[in-house]
This record gives sequence, C-alpha cells and structure tokens, in this order.
Amino acid sequence: MNALFFLVAFPLIVAAILLILPKGMLRNHIVNISALVIISASLYLLATNYNTGPMLYPADYPWIGEAMLGIELLIAAYILYASLRSQKYLATILIILQSAVIIYFEAAYAPGIEIKNNVFIDQLSLIMAAIIGIVGSLICVYALGYMKDFHEHHKEIKDHRNWFFFVMFAFISAMFGLVFSNNLMWVYFFWEITTICSYLLIGYTGTHEAQNNAFKALIMNLLGGLAFAAAIFYLGSAPSANGIIELNELMTSGKAVALIPAVLISFAGITKSAQMPFSSWLVGAMVAPTPVSALLHSSTMVKAGVYMIIRFAPVLQGSLSGYMIALIGGFTFLLASSIAVSQSNAKKVLAYSTIANLGLIVACAGVGTYEAVWAAILLMVFHAVSKGLLFLCVGTVEHRINSRDIEDMGGLIVRMPKIAFMMLIGIAGMFLAPFGMLISKWATLRAFIDASPLVSPILLGIIAYGSAVTVFFWAKWMGRLIEVTQVKKQIEDKVNIEEWLALYPLAGLTVLLCLMFPLVSSTLIEPFILKIYNHAAQLGQDNVIIMLIMLFLVLVMPLSMLYYRKERKHLSAYMCGMTTMPDMRYTGALGITRELALKNYYMQNFFGENKLYRIGTALCVGLMALMFWGILYGEVLI
Amino acid sequence: MNTEQILSALAYVIFAPILGGLVAGIDRKITAKMQGRVGPPLLQPFYDVLKLFEKEKVVVSRSQNFYVLTYLVFMAFTGALSYSGGDILLVIFALTLAHVFLVLGAYSVNSPYSYLGAERELIQIMLFEPIIILTAAGMYMVSKLTIEGGSFRVWDIATLTTPVILYLPGLFLAFIYVLNVKLRKSPFDLSTSHHAHQELVKGVTTEFSGSTLGRIEIAHWYETVLLMGFIYLFFGYNPLIAVAAIIIIYLFEILVDNTFSRFKWPLAMKSAWMIALILGLVNLCALYYVKGGSL
Amino acid sequence: MAYLKKSPWIMHYDASSCNGCDIEVLACLTPMYDVERFGIINTGNPKHADILVITGSVNEQNIEVVKNLYNQMPEPKAVIAVGICATSGCVFRECYNVMGGIDKVIPVDVYVPGCAARPESIIDGVVTALGILEKKKAEHKKAQKERKNAGEKK
Repeated sequence: MNALFFLVAFPLIVAAILLILPKGMLRNHIVNISALVIISASLYLLATNYNTGPMLYPADYPWIGEAMLGIELLIAAYILYASLRSQKYLATILIILQSAVIIYFEAAYAPGIEIKNNVFIDQLSLIMAAIIGIVGSLICVYALGYMKDFHEHHKEIKDHRNWFFFVMFAFISAMFGLVFSNNLMWVYFFWEITTICSYLLIGYTGTHEAQNNAFKALIMNLLGGLAFAAAIFYLGSAPSANGIIELNELMTSGKAVALIPAVLISFAGITKSAQMPFSSWLVGAMVAPTPVSALLHSSTMVKAGVYMIIRFAPVLQGSLSGYMIALIGGFTFLLASSIAVSQSNAKKVLAYSTIANLGLIVACAGVGTYEAVWAAILLMVFHAVSKGLLFLCVGTVEHRINSRDIEDMGGLIVRMPKIAFMMLIGIAGMFLAPFGMLISKWATLRAFIDASPLVSPILLGIIAYGSAVTVFFWAKWMGRLIEVTQVKKQIEDKVNIEEWLALYPLAGLTVLLCLMFPLVSSTLIEPFILKIYNHAAQLGQDNVIIMLIMLFLVLVMPLSMLYYRKERKHLSAYMCGMTTMPDMRYTGALGITRELALKNYYMQNFFGENKLYRIGTALCVGLMALMFWGILYGEVLI
Repeated sequence: MNTEQILSALAYVIFAPILGGLVAGIDRKITAKMQGRVGPPLLQPFYDVLKLFEKEKVVVSRSQNFYVLTYLVFMAFTGALSYSGGDILLVIFALTLAHVFLVLGAYSVNSPYSYLGAERELIQIMLFEPIIILTAAGMYMVSKLTIEGGSFRVWDIATLTTPVILYLPGLFLAFIYVLNVKLRKSPFDLSTSHHAHQELVKGVTTEFSGSTLGRIEIAHWYETVLLMGFIYLFFGYNPLIAVAAIIIIYLFEILVDNTFSRFKWPLAMKSAWMIALILGLVNLCALYYVKGGSL
Repeated sequence: MAYLKKSPWIMHYDASSCNGCDIEVLACLTPMYDVERFGIINTGNPKHADILVITGSVNEQNIEVVKNLYNQMPEPKAVIAVGICATSGCVFRECYNVMGGIDKVIPVDVYVPGCAARPESIIDGVVTALGILEKKKAEHKKAQKERKNAGEKK
C-alpha cells in the first residue's frame, strides 16, 4: 500500500520541484535520481507482489474525493478558457457536457454510494506499473538531453523546460494512479489528467500546427471522457446497477449490469488508444518533441486506453458489442499497417504502427477469451518497450542528421553504428520472429482462430494481410539502415550522455524480455488470466524451446562476421560496368556526372493515407454504431 | 522434443539439399524437354553449386555474407522444424525470418539491382504471407474435427485421417497459385530468376558470388523440399496420393513457368491478394458455416 | 575436383558489335545448339560469371566498361573474343575511336574469328576456354598461397 502511494505521490512531488526551481537548476540530477527511484520502486512493487493475487485497499483519506473533483473542475475551467480563446467550440461543448454529467452524478448519486476499496493491485496493474515506471522514467531521462538539443536547434521556440518536465512527471504520477485505482471515479480523474497532459505537451512548441493538433487530440479524448462519465452516470443512476462503481465488484456483477458501462468505457479506451476513426489525433501528435511522442503516444498513455479495455475483456466476451470492438481493433490494425507502408516520415511510420498494434490489442480484448487476453497483455508489454526504444532512436537520429525521413537514414549503420544497431533491435522486436511482437502475434493468431465463428474468419483475414504488410514496411526500413555505404563519416560522438543512458537500458530490455518472456508469462500473465477465467493460456514447452533456439541463433549468427572480416577482395557494386565513385556517382553520357539515388517503394496507389483513412473511418463508424446498438438492445451472443 | 523428432530434423538437414538438388536437376531437364532441348545432365545443379564453392571469394561489403549464411541457417532450421513436426505457425514465421535475412543481405550491399531485387522480394513475401497463414489456420480447423481441441503440430496434421483437401479446396488452389513465388518461377520470379537475363540482372542475388551464391542455392533446395512437405499436408490421409499430388503439382508449376511471362509487381500483388481473399477466406467461412457445430 | 569444367557460366558483352555475332551467341542457347547441355548458362552478371564473351571491337566509350566487367568477375575467369572485330578490330581498327581487338584492354584467352562467328565455333571456343580455366585455377591457387606465405613472413 505504501509503495502504491509512493509511486503516485513521488513523481508529483518531483514534478512540483522541477516546476519551481528557477532556470533548470539541478534539473539533470533531480530527473536522473528520481528516475532511478521510480524504477526501483516499481521493480520493488513487482518483486514483492507478483504472487499475492489481487489486493484491495480502502485508502480512504479525508477530502480526497472533494480534492479530485476540485482539480477536475479546475481542469475543465482551463479547457473552457483555452477552447473559447482558440475558438474551438466543439471542445467547449464537450467539456461543458462532461462536467455537467459529473457534477450531476456527484450531487445526486455519489453521496448514496459507499466506497469500500479505492485502490487495488493485481498482476495486470503490476505489469502496467512496471512499464510506466521503467519505460516512462527512462524517457524522462532521455528528454533531458533531447530537450537541450531541441532548444538549440529551434531557437524560435520559447524554452519552457521547467513546465515541460513538470507535465511529464505529473503524467507519470497520473498513470500510476490510473492503474492502481479501483474506484471508477478515481480512474476517471486520472484519465482526465492524462488527457490534459497530452494536450499541453502536444501544444508545447506553440506553433499554429501544434495548437491545432493539440485541440484535435483534446476533442477526441474529451469525447471518450464523455463516454466514461456516461458510464459512471449509468452506474450511479440505473437501478439494476445498484451504485457499483468499484472495478472489482463490477467485474463480478455479471453482464446484465457491467456490459453497458464496459462498452462505454471501451469507447473511451478506443478514443484514447487512437483507434479508427480517432486515429488522426495520434498522427497529429507527432509534431510534439520526440520524448513526448515516445512517452504519451506510444509506450504509456495510449496504453491506458487498451488497459481499460483489457480490464473489461471478460465482460465483453461473447457479446455483439465485444465483437464489434474486436472488429474495430482489427480493421484499425489492418488499415494503419497498410498506411504505414506509404509513409516515409519515420515518426509517422511509428505512429501508424503504434495505432496498428493498439488495434491488435483492442481486437484481442474485444474477443475476450482467455487466450486472447493473454495475447493482448503480451502485445502490450513488448510493444511498450520496443516502441519506446524506436522513438528515442529516431529522436536522436533526427538531431544528428536533421531529418526524420527514412530515406535520409540510408547507411546509418556506417554513420551511427550504435544507434542504428539499437534501432535494428527495436524494429526486429516489432515484427521478426523470435522477438517480442511476433511471439504475441503468434498467440493472437491462435486466439483468433479459436474465437467465435461470427468474427473469426474476418479477424483471421485481417491478421493474415496485416502481418504481411507489417513485414514489408519494417523490413524496408531495416534495409535502409543497414546499407553499407562506402563514404564513412561517423556522426555519433555528439549524442548526449542522457540519451545513451536511456537507450542502452531500453535496448537491453527489449532483448531481455524476449529471453524472459516465458517467465513473464508464467509468473504474471498466467496467474492473472487463471484468476479471471479459471483457464490459463500457455505456451507449449516445445515451442518455448524452439523460440529460444531461434533467439540463440539470431544472437549467435552475427559472430560469423568475425570470420567474414578476414581479408577478402572488395569489388564495387554492379552498375552495368560503369565506373562509380565511392558515393555512387558515375559519369554518364556526354561526360555528365550523375548521382545514383535509391529509394524504397511506398505504393501510394495501393496504400495511400487519405484513401485508407476514409475507408477506415467509414468502416469503424459503422461498427461503432453496431456496438452501441448491441448494448441498447442488450443482446448477448454466445 | 524426443529422439524421433531430433532424428527427423537431422535427416531433413542432411537429405533435403540432396533431394532438393535432384528436384532442381529434374526440373531443368523437364524444362528443356518442354522447350525441345536436350537439357543439362541430371546432376547439373550440384555441379553448379560445387563449382561456386571453388571460386574466389569476393565481396562488396563485408557484412553481406553474414546475412546469407543466416538465411541458409534459418531456412534449414525452418525445414527441420517442419519435418520434426513442430508448430506450423512457427514454421511460417521462421520462413519469413529466413527470407527477411536474404532481403537484408541484398539491401546491405547498396547496389541498385540488388536493391530493387530486395524490394521485390519483400513484395513477394507480402503476397505469399496471407495465403500461407490462412492455410495454416484452415488446417488447424480441420484438425479439430478429429483431434480434441485441434492441433497446430505438423505431424498431427500430416497424419490426419480426414482428407484435408476436401475441406480446404479453395485454400489449396490459392496456395498452388502463389507457390511459384517461393519456387522462383514465372510469373512470380520478380526478385530473382534462374533463367538467363532478366530486367534486374539477377535481382537479390546480383552482388553475391562464389560460395555465398552457392549457399543461396542450397537454401533454395531446402525451401523446395519444405514446400513439398506443405503440399503433403493437404493429402496426409493417403501418402501415395500425397506423393502423386506433389509430383503432379510440381510438373504443373513447371508448365506454368514455361508458358507465362513475368508479371509486373502490381498485377502479381493484386492477383495473389484477391485470390487469397476470395478463395481462401470464402473457404474458411464455408468451413465455419458447414462444420459450425463441430468446430 | 573439376566442377569448373562442368558448369561454365558465361557473361556476354557487346562492345561495339554490329549485332551479327550477338545473334550467333544467342543462337547457341536455342534448341538447335542448346549449350545448356554442357551446363553453360548465360548469366548476364559478372559476379556470377566464369567466362566473359565479348563481341565487337573496343572503342573509347567502352574501355572502362570492359575493364570494370572483367575486374568484377571472381577468379578463375577466362575471356573469349568472339568475331573478327573482337579479335583484331577488323576493318574498324583504323577508325579514330577504335582501340582495336579486346586484347588491347584485357587479356584474352580464346579467339573465335569469323564474321559473324558460327555458333559451332563459339561453342568450340567456350569448350577450349574450359581447359584454360582449369589451368588458371591452379595458377590462382598458387598465387594465393604465395601471397599468404608472404603475408605471414611480414
């Protein structure tokens, strides 16, 4: 209990200190030390609680409910002001509606509801806490170096780093709060804080584009927040619901009570995890500095959305609405992966791949069988680590080569060998056997085959095509990185120490997780699943051995380089017999020197962003309508 | 893993290249006959590869050979996994991994022809992948009819007493359609080809020479045998019919190779994806529908 | 073992031929002559080739190309000059831009004269080159050994 309280309170205190200290005094030390403390605390929590099962705590502090409401209203007032000033009236309407719902609930129903346990912890929150603690703090450390460079590169942007780190740490605190809360009111409170943090950080640079995208994110998340508020309101007002707003009770109360709030909160989850048609906010959020993209829009905040859906997966299982959620996730996976093929901006590729993987998680959670939930949690863990690593690598590269275009990353293995190698690990982690995501994809595939015949063929088709395009866009990026160009000029030495401090552990963690995943699965995920379903998904012993053999091979094969390093005759690449310079220039007809440029396929005609986004929007809006239709008529399919 | 499995994996690793090489030899002989030629000796593929190992070792970049070696190792591993009865999904993923290494090798040399070859090889992976994943899913569902809870294990599927082909005719046709992608035959020999002269010189293999090229060829033999094993799975209920089917299908693919010209990549991709979608997915849906109760 | 003899892969380059010899080279691949009987394959890629078959004389434009192609072939390798132009430059040898036969630029192992050279004689030239390849292999190995020894002494 103390550890939980510490994890929520400590980042908040650090955030406040960072805000107050003038001119970034001691900032580096404070951030480094507190990152270390947060990592240790979350590991301590993991080590002490992994086998205890769900634990509930009352945590009934005086005035805490009122304080939360007060902060919520302050945030609402701020949003009201900001949206009126920027003439974003949709945000105004949404925030007014949302606040009205909550205030009415507080006034009319809240006094009648007695909360037994506000805080709880089980394996799922432990996993989330570990992700937030480790990946989140590392990203904050990274941000130290990155933001220094950022402000050197962009003199026109005002240096608000105190504010920046305040929001980053406040956000970490809110994430911890979110995963530890049992009281839905508390979850809602932290949920709103992540929304506002996201808004503030996307708009950090203050440019017109940043402001617009920040509002786009805000509006979509407010829409989700409204659904969340509606879920709470429903629980308070519906006679059958009996005023249950505690997660643990809600889960055991049966579908008749829990399905409607589950679907409403899943809708909120869909907006937060940027599923189609809400995917555009996450893509727009890439205007923010890279640590923000890494922390909020890939490895942690968007996970809050899928976290809530996974929580409600047992309720969704077998219902029409659940299947519709699965299909929304599935189509988002397919379409976002396809769009990623057509993108050459590295951050956009990462954004779309994030949306795609979240889609897969949502699809698993929507199916809701024990195998599917198991796959969903595995996906979440591996994705957070690999994606965090990739974003940070892209950020570092961007500052060195002044471009985030994949085409400009050609030959990075020669220019920035260490970063390129870490990027390769991250990319391999995203799609190659036997690394993380593929293990999860394998689990997903099995879960989909065993899902209800109603959705199974569609989901199978989705994953079959989706993984095909996934291979394509990652492999071509990888290929660009490993080109060995003859012009050798290292530009790696100017990378900040803080960036290395974050990159090395994350790269190590990506590999380590692959080695350790049977352990993660058996000590954390399987007990969690067993508790809910009385069934445990498991990897066959044989398959674990085979995957470890593959991993071993992948790690050992590079040693063959030692053999191939021996003296061998070097030839130039075949260019139809033309004489080429080392930098691939050659003398063409009439003695004109021509340059050779190699570019990847982007297949705009097949995978154009606009076209696919429109298709996705239409499809997912339709599915969403069916999802709500499902709860309105209370139809429960088996 | 028991001894039987380890032995069959070993047997595959040792004998598959021999079988694959022989198949390649027969293939060239038949191709020649179809073109009204005499053709090379039966053992010509072995001569070629052994010759390649006699040649000087030259490289464009030092890392290139590493990728090809890894390609070979993973191709052998994939086949061994399959022939020792492993999980069919893992076999598919390992196969993709192997090919990705070949692609990376082609990228690493930074040469225009192999670069284009690498892109096209990726397209080929992309058009092959959906069908093979759907096939694996279909086989699992068929296995559910006789095995409690179903099985992904290759041996379990190979020894099913139900004729898999009757349940998965659509997927089988789709599989036959894209088989030439992996056999590197027309109309899908986009990335590299065994035939003389193509527009990409030699595509992915352009910059590989000597023993490295030999390794690519051996990996190809491994793959041929692996794919034959895949055809077997459709007819596992009767080994005789299965062997006959493998022979007939291979002959058919040679015929297609000799009668079709190379597709452009958009046509290759569209047609393969449409066929996977129509034949494959409809097949799966029908399977769910017809056998809904027992699945 | 002498597998080199059993699988000679050729690469054909048209230096500045009138296409007469080129057509005859391609004729070798047809069912009529079917050089694949001897394991001969036309690869079109110097990195894969054992024998470089050149038609036509060398001119200012393609000296570099011929040299590059030759250098990109791994040892052991042989060069066949097909047709009288490739052999000596023929009637074009006096042209202002023509260097003459292929041997002005790279070492040629077999000359196949004719205008145009007959497919039979081209095949015969390739078969002759096979014997030379074997010899070259032995030389190449010896040279390598010597280089290695010299390296160790250093």
